[in-house]
Amino acid sequence: MKDSLSKKQAYNFTPGQVITGKWHGNKYRIIRILGEGAIGRVYLAQTGGRLVAVKVARQAMSVSSEVNVLRRVSKVQGLSLGPSFLDMDDVVTSHGTTSFYVMEFIQGQPFMPFVINKGSEWLGLFTAQLLGDLHKMHAGGWIFGDLKPENLLITKQPYQLRWIDPGGITKAGRSIKEYTEYFDRGYWGEGDRKAEPSYDLFAVAMLMVNRAYPSRFRKTSQKGTDYILEKVTGAPLLHPYFTVIKKGIEQKYEDAGQMKEDVLMALRNQKRAAVPSRLKRKAVLKKRNAPVNKTAGTPVTRERKGYLETVFFASFLLTIYILYLVG
Amino acid sequence: MSQGTVRQILLITDGCSNAGEDPVAMAAMAREEGLSVNVIGITNEGDESERGMEEITQIAQSGGGMSEVVYARQLSQTVQMVTKKAMTQTIHGVVNREIRQILGTKQEMEDLEPEKREELMEVVDELGETSNLDILILVDTSASMKTKLPRVQEALLDLSLSLRSREGENHFCLYSFPGKRSHVDKLVSWTPQLDSLKGAFKKLSSSGITPTGPAITEAIKVHMKRMKKGPSDNERLFIEETGI
Ligand SMILES: Nc1ncnc2c1ncn2[C@@H]1O[C@H](COP(=O)(O)OP(=O)(O)OP(=O)(O)O)[C@@H](O)[C@H]1O
Repeated sequence: MKDSLSKKQAYNFTPGQVITGKWHGNKYRIIRILGEGAIGRVYLAQTGGRLVAVKVARQAMSVSSEVNVLRRVSKVQGLSLGPSFLDMDDVVTSHGTTSFYVMEFIQGQPFMPFVINKGSEWLGLFTAQLLGDLHKMHAGGWIFGDLKPENLLITKQPYQLRWIDPGGITKAGRSIKEYTEYFDRGYWGEGDRKAEPSYDLFAVAMLMVNRAYPSRFRKTSQKGTDYILEKVTGAPLLHPYFTVIKKGIEQKYEDAGQMKEDVLMALRNQKRAAVPSRLKRKAVLKKRNAPVNKTAGTPVTRERKGYLETVFFASFLLTIYILYLVG
Repeated sequence: MSQGTVRQILLITDGCSNAGEDPVAMAAMAREEGLSVNVIGITNEGDESERGMEEITQIAQSGGGMSEVVYARQLSQTVQMVTKKAMTQTIHGVVNREIRQILGTKQEMEDLEPEKREELMEVVDELGETSNLDILILVDTSASMKTKLPRVQEALLDLSLSLRSREGENHFCLYSFPGKRSHVDKLVSWTPQLDSLKGAFKKLSSSGITPTGPAITEAIKVHMKRMKKGPSDNERLFIEETGI
């Protein structure tokens, strides 16, 4: 939707600009734009020595509705992965009145590039974290709706998945507020758009599939699940998760907890299978490496060594994470 | 629980009208009758005809609805989004009128303090989910639309899927223009859901006329006829329901 110029200017803030809320009087110093989407713009800002994210919407209604969801979802016990809500207000500039809300700034990197550069066990770990939160959200009567990599961030120390954009969160039983075709079971002809746990779990399965097909793929005349599973079969890195993905898109899971269990099981099996071969290969490598190293080593072995170290490092972290997740 | 009904005309076209009354005026008339007119313009990649697109925006504006210009492949997601947003907009309008009655003169939802606004937004959301929707779909089937009709068909089935996921009831009917003998042809009469549209767009007109204005006039008549038959004026119901 195109905005008129004055509307555009009303939510166009410049770095250094201080916006003051009309109702609550809090001041926010704009630092830079964090991102822009269908709803509006998100700015990084500073207030009282702390960093926050300020979301400005084209329509005051969208602000009210997202804030309402954030506030109510945050009351769900134990939910931890979303941004916390801080303030909502209007700002009056020479171009008019604009509504905005303020939330916790989540400093992280985008989900997809992160997992693509790492082994497939990371995909499983983050999926398990996400499922844990979804389980609680569902129990509280809310469905995430617009699950997609763009709405997920990875923060550091320890690596942790967080979600942003409450725009799609829908009360269970209602119709999904916002969705993205690739992750939408309706698009694939596998169900309606009623907000229920299985709607989200379908999207979680597609999130995993998306890891192997970053540019995604469109539906064909073939039945949705058949086509997707064909794609999964064609991507070896998804094989450990085949059963999880299949049950997810066929919507056989009763709840997110069950799906999480299966993801963790896939991770454990993967690890068990990986350990002996790693040890074996390490032994082989030691033998081979001895003479090769003296002759300054070939790029091939160096590369392989790097690879093995990564695997070793990853599975070490993996153990810690599994303990953390299961414990 | 009885609920209000939102009535819409959804116009899907790829160009400019060239016959009969001015569609912008006819859209204004529809609005007077309590309908909203939403318009989806389909454009070919790399070819955005200015004139046609401007008309699309104007029809929606005077019809109290929303408009969006998209490529054929984006049709599904756009059609359902525009329909739902337009519903919210209509309900928002009703709530605003209520606020004005209670608080007087110029007050609107946007003028209330944020916390109150949030509560009202919950009411708007609730009504959007539970109110009934009567939607008359008006598809331009002039020659240039031919290659786009399979996408239109897909998008309408998808719309039905989205709306069916709501709690409120839906009724659809489908007309095409230009018609064989009159301005419009009825393809599907009022039905709770669009199941199969196979063959619905078989008989295409090859005449060069696009009578958008007269088509909207017909659409208004169809809505009025149904309104007379169905339950009485619903805005009053909204008001009773919300009890603001
Ligand atoms: N709390 C936050 N912390 C850090 N970055 C954020 C936060 N919220 C949003 N962002 C950034 O701003 C971008 C746009 O935010 P968001 O997705 O909420 O906007 P939107 O208008 O709702 O977009 P969409 O089109 O996905 O609905 C995000 O991609 C992200 O990079």
